Amino acid sequence: MDTGRRGLIRILLGTGFSASLISFLYPVLRFMDPPAVPEASVNEVSAGKVQDLKPNSGKIVRFGSRPVILIRVSDTDWRAFSAVCTHLNCTVQYSEQRHQIWCACHNGTYDLNGAVVSGPPPKALEEYAVKVRGDEVVISRHA
Amino acid sequence: MATTTITSRQRVAGWLDERLGLSSLKEFLSHKTVPIHSATMWYYFGGITLFLFTIQVLTGILLLLYYRPTASEAYESVQFIMTRVRFGWLIRSIHSWSANLMIFTAFVHMFSVVFLRAYRRPRELTWFSGIALLGLALGFGFSGYLLPWNTISYFATKVGTDMASAVPVVGSTIARFLRGGEDVGGATLTRFFGFHVAVLPGIATTLIFVHLMLVQKHGISSPPWVEQKTGGKVPQMKFFPNFFLREMMAWYAALGVLGSLAAIFPWELGEKADPFASAPAGIHPEWYFLAPFYTLKLIPSQVLFVEGELLGLFGFAVLALWWVLLPFWATNPKGEERARLVTGAGVALLAYLVTFSLLGYFR
Repeated sequence: MDTGRRGLIRILLGTGFSASLISFLYPVLRFMDPPAVPEASVNEVSAGKVQDLKPNSGKIVRFGSRPVILIRVSDTDWRAFSAVCTHLNCTVQYSEQRHQIWCACHNGTYDLNGAVVSGPPPKALEEYAVKVRGDEVVISRHA
Repeated sequence: MATTTITSRQRVAGWLDERLGLSSLKEFLSHKTVPIHSATMWYYFGGITLFLFTIQVLTGILLLLYYRPTASEAYESVQFIMTRVRFGWLIRSIHSWSANLMIFTAFVHMFSVVFLRAYRRPRELTWFSGIALLGLALGFGFSGYLLPWNTISYFATKVGTDMASAVPVVGSTIARFLRGGEDVGGATLTRFFGFHVAVLPGIATTLIFVHLMLVQKHGISSPPWVEQKTGGKVPQMKFFPNFFLREMMAWYAALGVLGSLAAIFPWELGEKADPFASAPAGIHPEWYFLAPFYTLKLIPSQVLFVEGELLGLFGFAVLALWWVLLPFWATNPKGEERARLVTGAGVALLAYLVTFSLLGYFR
C-alpha cells in the first residue's frame, strides 16, 4: 500500500517535472530558431558606368543582399552571374589570365556561361541579365 | 529485472563517485542542517534570489543571440526580439521581471538578515559579501536599463551618470569613465553592455561563490530569542532532502509568479531614444532608485555653502557606509547586543525606502 502511494507520488512528480521541463524548453528552442527575415525584393541594380570596367575584367556588385559578379568580356559583351560558389558559398572572382570565373576557396572554376569547368562545384552559377542603357550598366534577374 | 536496473544504476553511480567523489558530498550534505522556528520561511529568500539570478543569466544569454549593442541598432534589435522572434516578447519580459523580482527578494533577504540578527559574529563577512552583491544587483539594473536604448532609459542614464559627476575631485573622471565620453551616447551603450554582460557577471559569480562558502562555513544562524528559548538546542531539519525540497517548491512558486507577471504584464519597450529630444514629463527611474531620486528632488539647490546635490550624495554615502558597518555598531564595547537600535534602524530604513519610493512614483 505504502509502495503504491510512493509510486503514485513518483509518477505525479515525474510527470509534473517533465511537463514543466518541456514547457520551459519549448519556448527556448523556438526562440533560438532565427525567424526568416524578408529581403527587400530587388529586381534590378545599377552596376556603374560602362567606362568603369575595362574589357576582360570583372567586379562584384551588390544585388539586394547577394553578391553578383559582372564581367565585361569584350567591348560589347557583358555577363553577370551569382557570385556565390555553388560548392560552399565562397564568393568567386574573375581570372583575367584564364578568362574564367574562379573560386579561391577550393579552386573551383566556371566558364563564361557560368558552367562548371573543374573543381568541386556541383552546379552552374545562376545567370543574370545585363543591359547597357546609355553609359550605365544595369543588372537584372532573368525573366 | 528490477535487480538488474538497480545494479546498473549503482554501477553508474559508483563510476561517477570514483571520479567525482560524490559520496563525500553526500556525506557532507547529510550533516548540514537548517534551524526550525517560526521565522524559518525567511531563509528561503536568499535561495530565491540566487534562483532569479540564474534565470537572469539564462535569459540574458538567449537575448544575446539577437541583441546588437550600438546606438543605431539596439532599439531595433530589441523590437525585432519582441515582434519577430518566436517567444521573444516572453524571454525579454522574463528577463526584465526577474531582474526586478531579484532586487526585491535581495532586499527582503537583507532585511530578514537584520531582523533575525543573522549578521552577528562570526558572520560579518557574509553580511559584507551580501551587501556587495546587492550593490552589484543595482549595478546590473542600472547598466541593463540603458540597453534597449529607449527614451526613459536614455534620460535615466543621463541623470544617473551626471550624479556621479557631482562627487568632488574625481566626479568628472568617474562620469567620463561611465559614459565613455563627455555625454551619454553610443559609446555609453557599448560600455554599459560590456559592464552588464561581462564585468558585473564575473564579479557577481565570484562573490556569490564567496557568499555561499561563508554560509556553508558558519551554518545558518538562529535568532537569539530562539536560541534562548531552546537553551541553545534549536530544532533542526536536514538540509538534504528536507530543506532542499522545500526550497525547490519555493523556486517553483517564484517561477510561477515570474511567469505570470511576464505573460500578463509584458515589459514595454517605449520610444526610441532621441538625444536631441526633450525629456518627457513624469520621467522617473526604476523603483529601486526612486527613494534617492525623490530625496534629491527635495533637497534645495544650495544648502548654506554646499551644493544640494553634493550634500544629498554625501548623505547617501554616509548612510550606506553606516549600514554596511552594521555588524560593528550592533554590539556595544562590552559585547552586548544593541538589539533595539538595530531593529529601530532597520524599521526606519525600511520606512524611508517604502515612503520615499511611493512619493517618488506618485508625485
